[in-house]
Amino acid sequence: MRRRVIPGVNFLLLVLLLTLPWFAPPYYVELIAKILVFAIFAMSLDLLIGFTGLVSFGHAAFFGIAAYSLVLLTPHAGAVSLWIALPVAALAAAIAAFVIGLFVLRTRGVYFIMVTLAFAQMVFSLFHDTKIGGGSDGVFLNSRPDASLFGFTPFDLANGVHAYYFVVAMLALTFLLLERVLRSPFGRVLVGIRSNEHRMQSLGYATYRYKLGAFTLAGALAGVAGFCYAVLFAFVNPELLSWHRSGDAILMVILGGMGSLGGAIAGAFAFVSMQEFFSQATKHWLLLMGTAIVLTVLFLPGGLAAVPDRIRRALTRERPHG
Amino acid sequence: MDEILVAEKLTRRFGGLAANQDVSLSLQRSQLHALVGPNGAGKSTCINMLSGDMTPTSGRVLLGGRDITRLTSYQRSMIGIGRSYQRTNIFPKFTAFENCRLAAQSRRQRAWRLFTDAAQLADAREQAATALQRAGLAGREEIIAGTLSHGEQRQLEIAMVLATDATVLLLDEPLAGMGAEESAQMVELLRALRADHAILLVEHDMDAVFAVADVITVLVTGQVLASGEPEMIRANREVQQAYLGQDEVLHG
Repeated sequence: MRRRVIPGVNFLLLVLLLTLPWFAPPYYVELIAKILVFAIFAMSLDLLIGFTGLVSFGHAAFFGIAAYSLVLLTPHAGAVSLWIALPVAALAAAIAAFVIGLFVLRTRGVYFIMVTLAFAQMVFSLFHDTKIGGGSDGVFLNSRPDASLFGFTPFDLANGVHAYYFVVAMLALTFLLLERVLRSPFGRVLVGIRSNEHRMQSLGYATYRYKLGAFTLAGALAGVAGFCYAVLFAFVNPELLSWHRSGDAILMVILGGMGSLGGAIAGAFAFVSMQEFFSQATKHWLLLMGTAIVLTVLFLPGGLAAVPDRIRRALTRERPHG
Repeated sequence: MDEILVAEKLTRRFGGLAANQDVSLSLQRSQLHALVGPNGAGKSTCINMLSGDMTPTSGRVLLGGRDITRLTSYQRSMIGIGRSYQRTNIFPKFTAFENCRLAAQSRRQRAWRLFTDAAQLADAREQAATALQRAGLAGREEIIAGTLSHGEQRQLEIAMVLATDATVLLLDEPLAGMGAEESAQMVELLRALRADHAILLVEHDMDAVFAVADVITVLVTGQVLASGEPEMIRANREVQQAYLGQDEVLHG
């Protein structure tokens, strides 16, 4: 019976997610949409950190590049087609990730962390210190992408509820895509690389190429998240690419439990909720936030993803007594 | 003689120290070539240069006459050189089967098939199952590798190399830390593998070496002291002296 509890809880959460706009005020719909965007972002980073063993500290660069791509693709008057803008934005992020990956993947460990950070800072200053995207002030999106296809308009992204469902769909697609990819020959090699890269090489795998593939895919999916962010808020600024954002994503992955897609989603929920809750409670909220994260790492090493298993074990132990 | 893998005057220097100096040896199909020597003699350096884990300062490595000195370890694996490690080097959290399946998948990597379930690739599954069986691990497929006994992990180490269809086996102390019974099993396995492989065996256990080796090369302070058939090596005075004081006795 306990085995059915977890899928049951998941099903309930899914129903809540799908029916949210029916009962929640718009503020919460937008908040949850924002969380889902970060959940996509965290999952894409978890592909690197949790599944391939690459701790990238510059992931926000790809998020930001795609967000800016949408703004730059949108003409002064009128909207760009969603079906063009989304692939192009994700592709821009993927190309950037591929090129940066060519360099950073030649390093390992602490050097890798530092070099990804350095590249991300370069991209940050590209948008911060030049006029490409309105400089340090950022720039507004004139109009949201147009979803019409062959004269038929299935939804309108300027509508908050429609945009919410669009983000839910993107989250679902990203989740299903990563699930499939992780079970593919490519995905199995990535997990092997995390476990023992040296042995993978001696078994005949050119691990550099696999890591480059993972880095590019993760960049593209971070791009999907960045695109959704720009759609939701119709505003981008260089802060989207800052190292704080990269660090936040790492914390989401750690909170959720590395190497679990569901965990990454849970991590995004926990992180943004704490941020909201603490920042409304006190202006010293960063202290509370830090304490919460330290406690999680100390007392919940597997992150939130390990919670169901812990509950299950606790229940099994209690059974004989009860 | 069809020599498969040939090392020509391999030298590897670390600063002023020559860990290997002009080491030459050759491996043939259906032959087990043992590389022995006291601790620090440079056996690991030698096997590392053959497997591509380390590049020689000078000298060449040839496979079937082709110069492969500059090939990386994964390139060498793809042309049939398989290597096992002295310190068990497996994927501890995967099942024994997945360890071998991943090894077998390397032959046809199909990295672009992102929507194929790797666990369903029939060729890799079959190769993995065969390799596990040959290495004596039939029935242990679903055990998490890290929880296998030490001896079984050593067997798995070999099974993974077999799953890559290697024709040349570079085995770095496969008997390390094994009990008498496990050692005997491994010696049997080595005998069986000799038929269709060229094997280089780095080993400390002299009883085992004399039991299975066709050719023995003795390495001392990075240089080949003697090389030849077991009887010749056993009778060699210099070899006996090199081992004196090492608490290793050449009895048979």
